[in-house]
Amino acid sequence: MTQAPERRSGELTAREMLRWTWRQLTSMRTALVLLLLLALGAVPGSIIPQSGVDSLAVSRWKDAHPSLTPVYEKLDLFSVYDSVWFSAIYLLLVLSLVGCIVPRLFVYAKAMRALPPAAPRNLTRLPDSAGYRTDEDADAVLARAREVLAKRYRLRPAAEGDGFVAGERGRLREAGNLLFHLSVLIVLAGFGVGALYGFEGGVVIIQQSKQCPDCGTFSNTLSQYDDFDPGGLFTPDQLNPFSFTVQDFGVDWLKSGDRAGQARGFDAKIAYRQGTDGAEQHYDLKVNHPLSIGDTDVFLIGHGYAPVLTIRDGHGDVAWSGPTAFLPQDQSFLSFGVIKARTAKPGEIGLEGLFYPTFEVIDGNPVTVFPEDLKPALSMLVYTGDLGLDDGSAQSVYVLDKDNATQVMKADGRPFRLDIEPGQTVKLPDGLGSVTFDGVQPWVRVQISQSPGKDVALAGVVLALIGLCGSLFVRPRRVWVRARPVDDEDGVDTGGRTLVEVAVLDRSGNHEVDEVVRDIVEQLQGQGQDSSPEHSQEHA
Amino acid sequence: MSNAAWETLSNQAVGAAGIVYFLALLAHLAEWASLRQPKGTEKRVAVGSAGLAEVAPAPTTRETERAEFLGRLGFLLTVIAAVAHAVSLVGRGMAGDPNRVPWGNMYEFTLTGSCLVTVMYLVLYRRLRLSWMAPLVLGFVLTVLMAARLWLYEPVAPLTEALNSYWLMIHVTAAIIATGAFTLGGIASAVYLVKMRAQSRLPEGAELTGFLARVPTLDGLDRVAYRVHAFAFPVWTFAVLITGPIWAHQAWSRYWNWDPKEVWAFITWVVYAGYLHARATAGWKGRNAALLALLGVATLWWNFIGVNFFAGNNSQHSYADRPPAVVGPYDVRG
Ligand code: HEM
Repeated sequence: MTQAPERRSGELTAREMLRWTWRQLTSMRTALVLLLLLALGAVPGSIIPQSGVDSLAVSRWKDAHPSLTPVYEKLDLFSVYDSVWFSAIYLLLVLSLVGCIVPRLFVYAKAMRALPPAAPRNLTRLPDSAGYRTDEDADAVLARAREVLAKRYRLRPAAEGDGFVAGERGRLREAGNLLFHLSVLIVLAGFGVGALYGFEGGVVIIQQSKQCPDCGTFSNTLSQYDDFDPGGLFTPDQLNPFSFTVQDFGVDWLKSGDRAGQARGFDAKIAYRQGTDGAEQHYDLKVNHPLSIGDTDVFLIGHGYAPVLTIRDGHGDVAWSGPTAFLPQDQSFLSFGVIKARTAKPGEIGLEGLFYPTFEVIDGNPVTVFPEDLKPALSMLVYTGDLGLDDGSAQSVYVLDKDNATQVMKADGRPFRLDIEPGQTVKLPDGLGSVTFDGVQPWVRVQISQSPGKDVALAGVVLALIGLCGSLFVRPRRVWVRARPVDDEDGVDTGGRTLVEVAVLDRSGNHEVDEVVRDIVEQLQGQGQDSSPEHSQEHA
Repeated sequence: MSNAAWETLSNQAVGAAGIVYFLALLAHLAEWASLRQPKGTEKRVAVGSAGLAEVAPAPTTRETERAEFLGRLGFLLTVIAAVAHAVSLVGRGMAGDPNRVPWGNMYEFTLTGSCLVTVMYLVLYRRLRLSWMAPLVLGFVLTVLMAARLWLYEPVAPLTEALNSYWLMIHVTAAIIATGAFTLGGIASAVYLVKMRAQSRLPEGAELTGFLARVPTLDGLDRVAYRVHAFAFPVWTFAVLITGPIWAHQAWSRYWNWDPKEVWAFITWVVYAGYLHARATAGWKGRNAALLALLGVATLWWNFIGVNFFAGNNSQHSYADRPPAVVGPYDVRG
């Protein structure tokens, strides 16, 4: 301060400014405000659909709110938890945490080596204290106090002429607190590694069958995934080689009762090989029972139906044959799908429509009455002409490009609808060909993911919990017993020639210690004789 | 016993528990009433530590005896009600085929959660001297029980596949225990705030009367609230940040999805971390900390009620709608 005489008062040097900022940032109050900000910042993501959770919901929301969408996009409200502002909150919190914890580690290390502090001058000023008089020698009282306290407290070594015993316990509380806060950092590290290096991919796999022996297989390369969501630092060589085949899939449907139509169990029997030429192994893939292959986990997360059709073109040649996955629209498993026969002559044939697992006509409306494929039926519209299959651009297998196609009509000019059940063959109008419904195969949707760092994160929370319990349940206490000879005041016998004072300090301030005081006094008096209470300041 | 018989037993037990809770509430109200005295006849004795003497009216011996009897009666009735309450849970579990944990839907979750509030109160009754809390706890549990029976009732049904997991069982058990404890802590914090407000409005030299005079001192309330929260917080941590993610990982391949239910569980966790901090932060102790505790309870119950109803299918955890069977709609980006 003296080096800068011309500085006006109130002005701060850059260094002081920095130090001031740092102190503010690492203060308890800032930590608290940041914690509350973190809670507040997490709210929008629970109200607004998040692209990382449900991208379909996001696009629906965007369609419904065209004017709000750009604003929301600017604020990253569709991916709150990856947004700059949310990251800023938790990074500040981490910074504050480090700035808070590191100095406390040093303080704690020093305190570990320190002795329990000497008794304050006036013990009875402490809120939880008691005193009594006895005819015993002060030294005898102190010796017994050492014995009594040594059982539960770490004692300050006796020094000549102290006249008191000092003990301490529960320093693990601070250790627990530090462990907790450090573990928060470990969890964040594990979480971060997962977000950066992990991946998650999904693929729809139609069960293998006699009709389709090539179905049901998956080998772990990028091109085999339907969708793939890698972390920022993912590299394809993380995909460890393995392959598997879905050989059978079954659903245990509830057939009766209030929840009839709810599925109770799903079971995919799969055969898998590790590496490129490992031995074939078998696994029952079920919900809650993923298959782990190396670092990669395979989960069963969805299922549906794939009608098997054969389409013959106008020349009688097979233009398409096989199963096609249809997407369930709701819990009834009414499913939507498209089938494209590119090589059909004279014109390409496209089918688009619905699959009914258990078809009924109720009041003239086609419905499905049960989600299991008990009485399947298809109801599809037919298109021909240019289905956009040859222009080389990528196309979704679940969407039919009808822009340049013509809908196939009946002779009366109304749209032709292909209503068909397994085993039937229906001729298409205009000599386009015929469609045969051969049967239905189930498909499963499998999620394949690596979550590196998950063990680190788990270890982190477990450590955090241990630290937390230490921090919340260990009761840090200091205890002092002082004994000193006193003179009878004005010749009046006040009960004894030695005054004993006991005080206990709960350092967390969260626990009542009056009973502890009482207990110690009792133990001290229990073996003494002829003592009378002097004063007591116990809380009721 | 057949499944239907178990279900009937459960329904009857809920009814019985409701009635006995009500009787217990009456006993405690009578206890309070019998301690009220016409003004002027009160003698006052000082209890509490020197200096901070808390002054309470000293009733006559006969009145004290009657009040003590009513208090004991209320406690006993609460125990009986809690047993009936527990029987109703067992009945729900045994009525399922196969037998299962009694928290497959919101009705059962509410039933179990409110039972845990009572059990926790009974367990801590002596340790934390909670007798003053009796009317509040009973009123709360009774209200929740009636609401559950009226609006949330559902017949017994099997658990869906994704809910059928050991980890989930542990997860939900811990979450329910923590919910019960946080609720108790919230009650203590609410009383703290009410008492603080009432005290600050008293004219110079006047003293509180009635219920507020008989609850512990502000410091005592703060400490009770803290100790209940200090128990609940690690349990919540275990439920939300350990077992929850383990289960989520098994069921959905991601241990943390940021789905609304998880987000709110996280918010609750952070708010309570804030509460624990606030108790150690100058300027936040006392009133603000208690407000944070109430905010915590609000987020907790909002997560249970609000998110279930409003997020519906948005949340994979939703109990309100059909549970998370593996079905579409799919996010097919193919
Ligand atoms: C990631 C953010 C943080 C979380 C989740 C968190 C959580 C917690 C929790 C749950 C407690 C209660 C344990 C106890 O009472 O001993 C606690 C206590 C404490 N925290 Fe944090 N904390 C965070 C950041 C910080 C920061 C940045 C600081 C430094 C200013 C800090 C300083 C403290 C202190 C001093 C205590 C002890 C309070 C007491 O004695 O009761 N924390 N923290």
